[in-house]
Amino acid sequence: MTDYTDKFLRELLSTTKTIAMVGVSLNEMRPSYFVARYLNLKGFKVVPINPGQAGKTLFGQMIYPSLAEIPEDVGPIDMVDIFRRSEHVGPIVDDAIAALSTRGLRTIWMQIGVINEDAEAVAKAAGLNVIMNRCPKIEHQRLFGELRKAGFNTGVISSKL
Amino acid sequence: MTDAPYGFDTLQIHAGARPDPATGARQTPIYQTTAYVFRDADHAAALFNLQEVGYIYSRLTNPTIAVLQERVATLEGGVGAVACSSGHAAQIMALFPLMRPGDNVIVSTRLYGGSITQFSHTIERFGWSAKFVDFDDLDAIAEAGDENTKAVFCESISNPGGYLTDIPAVAAVADKLGVPLIVDNTLATPYLCQPISQGATLVVHSTTKYLTGNGTVMGGVVVDSGNFDWSASDKFPSLSQPEPAYHGMTFHETFGALAFTFHGIAIGLRDLGMTLNPQAAHYTLMGIETLSLRMERHVENALKVATWLENDPRVDFVTYAGLPSSPYRDRAKKLYPKGAGALFTFAVKGGYAACVKLVDNVEIFSHVANLGDTRSLIIHAASTTHRQLTTEQQEAAGASANVVRLSIGTETADDLIRDLDQALAIAVK
Repeated sequence: MTDYTDKFLRELLSTTKTIAMVGVSLNEMRPSYFVARYLNLKGFKVVPINPGQAGKTLFGQMIYPSLAEIPEDVGPIDMVDIFRRSEHVGPIVDDAIAALSTRGLRTIWMQIGVINEDAEAVAKAAGLNVIMNRCPKIEHQRLFGELRKAGFNTGVISSKL
Repeated sequence: MTDAPYGFDTLQIHAGARPDPATGARQTPIYQTTAYVFRDADHAAALFNLQEVGYIYSRLTNPTIAVLQERVATLEGGVGAVACSSGHAAQIMALFPLMRPGDNVIVSTRLYGGSITQFSHTIERFGWSAKFVDFDDLDAIAEAGDENTKAVFCESISNPGGYLTDIPAVAAVADKLGVPLIVDNTLATPYLCQPISQGATLVVHSTTKYLTGNGTVMGGVVVDSGNFDWSASDKFPSLSQPEPAYHGMTFHETFGALAFTFHGIAIGLRDLGMTLNPQAAHYTLMGIETLSLRMERHVENALKVATWLENDPRVDFVTYAGLPSSPYRDRAKKLYPKGAGALFTFAVKGGYAACVKLVDNVEIFSHVANLGDTRSLIIHAASTTHRQLTTEQQEAAGASANVVRLSIGTETADDLIRDLDQALAIAVK
């Protein structure tokens, strides 16, 4: 598993405001629902992308059928978080670059089990951060305190209040 | 995961701990509470659904115990840990997500007597079974595996002493079998051995012993490396398939490398209830703060005492694996360079009768069934800790009738030697 430094992840998560989640499910027990709920609770704007659920809302945000169809008034999109299988990632990254490069896109994030090195190369060439095989909810929980509560190795050593 | 790795001495004090946000209290508070107030109904529901991590009821999670869990997970190099009420409980907790009725675990012959009993008889009541194998025979471990084998289990430094497991070699066999290696690291502690760095998947401890270090409280812990792919086969449905007790959520899919630990809390502790109490966790945390310092003294003393015993004419042999005469000397140097622990046996000339006289006449050594205390301890293993075993099992475990087991403490080494000297004078005439 590639190592991303804590410093890099912490900075990235602190400076990200809006996340377009591709492949998010409305089923409460699915992992993507867990992630959308957590990120929304922590103050991120979560823009759900799912062609099958377009028009419905999730945590107060309209679900759009594709990245290209996110209206301008939603504002800048900092990150695209991908919940699709590895083999589907290529076109999603292409869409992201085409539709969102001019709207502040800085990061492509692929969830646990999602690894596509070709798409990673394409995204990096476009100047984007790429994270693969990780979950932003778990990384945020680890770095910002919640995983402490269940005895996980957060890697955080601090004597500050 | 971390940017610049911290040293062991720093982590044994700081890992998992933060100043208390409510009061600024520096030392970890003892949160003596059974339940916790929810922000609102949505928060409560999310906690019960595992969508949010937090505190519901101390059977599952507690802030004091969370510090202990993170401390041990960090020292062992794992991703997470689940604490429980004893080392015996930790063994059941480690197996519980892996085993169904009809499944078996391949187990080393060289174990603490209580573990041998648990694996021989107790687990059969769940419909599990164990195959006991000499772990110096790697082929035998491999041959013992069948389609119902779900784990391999051993101790790093074994009880009652004298044997060190070649963890990397055993881990390679477990890997080929597609099952996790579970290592009981109680006698070594992460200071002397880090099984995860040598290929183990899970590590268990009796925190009662060296981790706490002063013979005050019982406890156990299971650490997960986060390295095992539970979904690579259909062997581990508890982790790789939908869980009916959580509306069809699949632990491995949802939590990735954290799945085993989440399962340990959400199913293991929740449904079996072998929970550690926060007071005990606090004693153990206080002990762990000085773990490296204590282990260094334990090992230094053990070598001094074992060397003296080996040179004494009233002694037949000494099994301490840290001695140059040990058949495991090379393994000790390579895999346990900081020391071979502080537990070993020695044979007194005059057999069982002399052993009894020796045990009855020591003054500083305490005659107790325990190990890993600052106080030096002595016991005749065959009639106590390994009593429920057959003669063959006792011999295989290194606890035959003619040996006495010593757990060397941190007292002044010369005092320990003088105590053994005067007791030997009475025992061996």
